[in-house]
Amino acid sequence: MQYRSQAVAKPYFIAAIGLFVGQILFGLVMGLQYVWGDFLFPEIPFNVARMVHTNLLIVWLLFGFMGAAYYLVPEESERELHSPGLAILLFWVFLIAGALTILGYLLVPYAGLAKLTGNDLLPTMGREFLEQPTITKIGIVIVALGFLYNIGLTILGGRKTVVNLVLLTGLTGLALLFLFAFYNPDNLVKDKFYWWWVVHLWVEGVWELILGSILAFVLIKVTGVDREVIEKWLYVIIAMTLITGIIGTGHHYYWIGTPEYWQWWGSIFSAMEPIPFFMMTVFAFNMVNRRRREHPNKAAVLWALGTAVMAFLGAGVWGFLHTLAPVNYYTHGTQITAAHGHMAFYGAYVMIVLTMISYAMPILRGQEASDERSQVLEMWSFWLMTVSMVFITLFLTGAGILQVWLQRYSTDPIPFMAAQEKIAIFYWLREIAGVVFLIGLVLYVVSFFVKGGRPAMASAADTA
Amino acid sequence: MSEVFTKSMARNIYYGGSLFFILLFLALTFDTDGTLPKRDNRAALTEQVALGKKVWEENDCIGCHTLLGEGAYFAPELGNVYKRFGNSTAAIVGFIKGRPPEGIPGRRSMPQFNLSDEELEAVAAFLKYASEIDTANWPPNIQG
Repeated sequence: MQYRSQAVAKPYFIAAIGLFVGQILFGLVMGLQYVWGDFLFPEIPFNVARMVHTNLLIVWLLFGFMGAAYYLVPEESERELHSPGLAILLFWVFLIAGALTILGYLLVPYAGLAKLTGNDLLPTMGREFLEQPTITKIGIVIVALGFLYNIGLTILGGRKTVVNLVLLTGLTGLALLFLFAFYNPDNLVKDKFYWWWVVHLWVEGVWELILGSILAFVLIKVTGVDREVIEKWLYVIIAMTLITGIIGTGHHYYWIGTPEYWQWWGSIFSAMEPIPFFMMTVFAFNMVNRRRREHPNKAAVLWALGTAVMAFLGAGVWGFLHTLAPVNYYTHGTQITAAHGHMAFYGAYVMIVLTMISYAMPILRGQEASDERSQVLEMWSFWLMTVSMVFITLFLTGAGILQVWLQRYSTDPIPFMAAQEKIAIFYWLREIAGVVFLIGLVLYVVSFFVKGGRPAMASAADTA
Repeated sequence: MSEVFTKSMARNIYYGGSLFFILLFLALTFDTDGTLPKRDNRAALTEQVALGKKVWEENDCIGCHTLLGEGAYFAPELGNVYKRFGNSTAAIVGFIKGRPPEGIPGRRSMPQFNLSDEELEAVAAFLKYASEIDTANWPPNIQG
């Protein structure tokens, strides 16, 4: 660790992993409810389990992004963090607010939570992914402002690298766009239109800037390739992200009451959204192939390559599958969407956070890289989680294709629930793949506590 | 990438491209806003419908259902449920009211939300309003 204040990243990473485990447990509950309809009913109905599953995902990814920023910003800026104390304070604020919100979902009926938190004063609850009570949303804004202030001053007072500036742009965009979560008009079409300014412009916009800059940072560190080369790639990738992704928002404006020209704008631009992800894959493999050093942290290199491939498959390929308006007419709001959502979030955002943790955590714990046995276990967890996520996606895609056929496309469409019963086998298979994912995650957690084997270090013999 | 394509060129594409497409997006948003009155059924936006939207939100209906295709995929699409239930708000009210509190053994069931009559009427009115938004002929058929 080059700067002492980088240590504030550690609690952020630990919290992220803890919440990740919770997210997966609730995912398994939901998966079971798909085939065992009254499992945990009425104590934990599906909508509650889903809120916990998706909100935990968002919160732990935000913990991961913040931890990544606290780790890499001082190193890039070549100075200590502006205020490590503020970073620790905000950590506790965010963790307690997040925990209380999740407990609220689980212990109080949602309508009761709305009453309890004064949703009447400024109704923002009850919209997908933005289910948090308004007071929690205000808390998120306060934490985001404090965080941006802290890393903003660090960056402005130190060396300004492209990695830092792109990261800061992405994080600022994340905070600004979240403000649309407070706009909730009675007009359903307008509500949906601006809801996407949070959801789409996050995950297919500014979050990709965060992803790109973290990936660039880790690649600079583990490959030793000249920063100039990596930064040029980073600029081109994020340029393509925004050029395709902003108008690409239009692929959500086909069937919600918005003008029909969005079918053209959305189809054309979102069809190009795989390009930046493909470039990211080429970029990552190119940099690793041209590496000037053998970094002892093999696991971190594996995660970095893995995120580049899986983001392209999940966000790029599975996104493209249903993005063209004539296709989307049939697939909109089916299990195809769920399939895409799972692999895209895992490939792009889960894996980039795990890449950063894999690289930084050993250093935060006083080693350049983990012991060999620990790394081997971590790589096992990589393969178990990644392969099981591929299968989850394939099973959901199978379910989705059949659902579209039975309920939307055939000459004699059948009702939703009748179609669901016919495709139950795919939900069972998805649940089994989910259990394998959990096993991978358990191994991942265990890998932090395993020692021994050859101490990891760079050697010429490792050269491939 | 070769030396002909420099980092500053890449940077300029990023800034210039982003700025151009942000402005284009804002222009399209402005145009959309002008077109919406013809499509979004705002004439039907009564106080009852607004209350219905609030009931919809405060019971997290989107956590199981889709509405105009957006939401969760655990329970049926409700953007056209008014039409699927034979253009009847009474049928919607009856369905929500009749959910068994302990569920249905082995099957998916909607929770019993214990809504008041006013709330029931309002959420049904909201779903009727939603079904009359011009969605470019989506969903493909009445099953949603």
